[in-house]
Amino acid sequence: MIFAFDLFEPYEFQFFRNGLIVATIAGALCGLLGVFVILRGMSYIGHGLSHAVFGGAAASAVMKVNYFLGAGIWGVVSGLLIARVARRRVIGADAAIGVVTTASFALGLALMNRYGQASKSIEAVLFGSVLGVKVADIYAVSLVALLGLAVVVLGYRKLLFSTFDRDVAQVSNVRVSLVEALLLAMISLTILVTMRVIGTLLISALLVIPAASARMTTNSFSRLLWVSPIIGAVTCFFGMNLSYHLDTSASATIILLDAIIFIVVYAIAGTRNRAKMASLGHL
Amino acid sequence: MRQSILSKTDSPLIVCEHVSCTYGNAPVVEDVYLTINRGEFVGIVGPSGSGKTTLLKAIIGSQPVAHGSITIDPRLTIGYVPQVETVDWYFPVTVEEVIVMTRTKTKWWPRITSKERADVREVLEKLGIAEVAGRHIRELSGGQQQRVFLARAMFCQPDVLILDEPTSGVDVRTRHEILHLLADLHQEGLTIVLTTHDLNGLAAHLPRVVCFKKTVIADGSPREVLTSEVLEVTYGAPMEVLEHGGMPLVVDHGRVAMRGEGK
Repeated sequence: MIFAFDLFEPYEFQFFRNGLIVATIAGALCGLLGVFVILRGMSYIGHGLSHAVFGGAAASAVMKVNYFLGAGIWGVVSGLLIARVARRRVIGADAAIGVVTTASFALGLALMNRYGQASKSIEAVLFGSVLGVKVADIYAVSLVALLGLAVVVLGYRKLLFSTFDRDVAQVSNVRVSLVEALLLAMISLTILVTMRVIGTLLISALLVIPAASARMTTNSFSRLLWVSPIIGAVTCFFGMNLSYHLDTSASATIILLDAIIFIVVYAIAGTRNRAKMASLGHL
Repeated sequence: MRQSILSKTDSPLIVCEHVSCTYGNAPVVEDVYLTINRGEFVGIVGPSGSGKTTLLKAIIGSQPVAHGSITIDPRLTIGYVPQVETVDWYFPVTVEEVIVMTRTKTKWWPRITSKERADVREVLEKLGIAEVAGRHIRELSGGQQQRVFLARAMFCQPDVLILDEPTSGVDVRTRHEILHLLADLHQEGLTIVLTTHDLNGLAAHLPRVVCFKKTVIADGSPREVLTSEVLEVTYGAPMEVLEHGGMPLVVDHGRVAMRGEGK
């Protein structure tokens, strides 16, 4: 009975319940969009955009503009800017991400230093804080999750086609640039609404690790799109609970749990794939 | 016989006039005049880096044209088969998913319908690979992989099929299979344009060959085009052309071994 009591103790706190709901939905959302992130070789973009959104968050705080509005517009504009710079092919996408997002991050830091924002709020943005989660965050993350789901379901084939074979998709009348811009905007919004729990520095991990783990479990794209969100949601749910009982950072515990899942799946899938490749040796 | 929306015999489907393409400031394709008529089976041959792929991409619209114009009937449906080397074989898709993904206009719900499944089966059966529908693309042999992308192009019922190096990296047997498959599709009325490095194994068997090195060097039947003079200009190396079984056989003096089947 004592064990059961301990398990449910954090649920007595409103802040924990809010944080748990936001983290679980965020895990599923990051898992879903993470599939496109890893398959498009854009793992760096989650890292970069989260830094860009940090700049927007700092600017909103200084200008006393609503966080979601200021950081949201900043993040989406950064995403579109990256897409535009990368499309011109003068510099690669990775360099475009590096330039746009680190400049934005540096601006955020400079603004916070100059206008005397407390270092505690910087820490909360960088590493996340379950204490700062409000009911408005639950609405925001739920809305973005529904939007993300709608984009993936309604644009499923266009997203798949342009991810797998960009040139041929373009020839087949898929508006590839629009699809890519939409995806970047969705990733920016996802980072925006999850940043308060996971934090800027670790959000890219949530966009990459569940999808990478799921990728090793299936060779089917449609299956990947539900396995990855499940891994993301489950690790966030249990990570939040573990963090309370272990008295560790929620974001760090979630990411460590994701990393453990990745290692286990890698070990199992590695053995299975080696056996499978051996059986296909005649090809 | 396949019914085309453009039924006029020998009507031009694709007309390239004075076409040039560049990468940065470097010209890759220069001043190309080329007409593809309905029902033709054309092979574009040339060395690596000669601009063959760029020309194909300009035709399908994924490469901007710097100068000149490419006129294509807007009602024309083009099926494009990319070089297999450019495909990400680790991408998590099954054969069925690869083929169905092209149907973006009529379908917004992710689930593959039973009608689509039947259509996929029909096109795979036609290409002799019906049994691979549920398999991951990496689990296929080279010939099967090439056929899957051919199936994807065929799935949208094209008027013109454009293939970039369809026999690249496949063995002699698979090359024969692909050649015969394309010949069958051509017999059914499909217009086919392909690029190839393979002079003896593929180009010599086609009704029309275009020798290409940034621009059109020669255009005609293999007997007219595959001559020592034309090939030397195209490849920049002396090549002897022999006659074998009524067809030209190209001997590359730059190599010790003779190119071609059975040598």
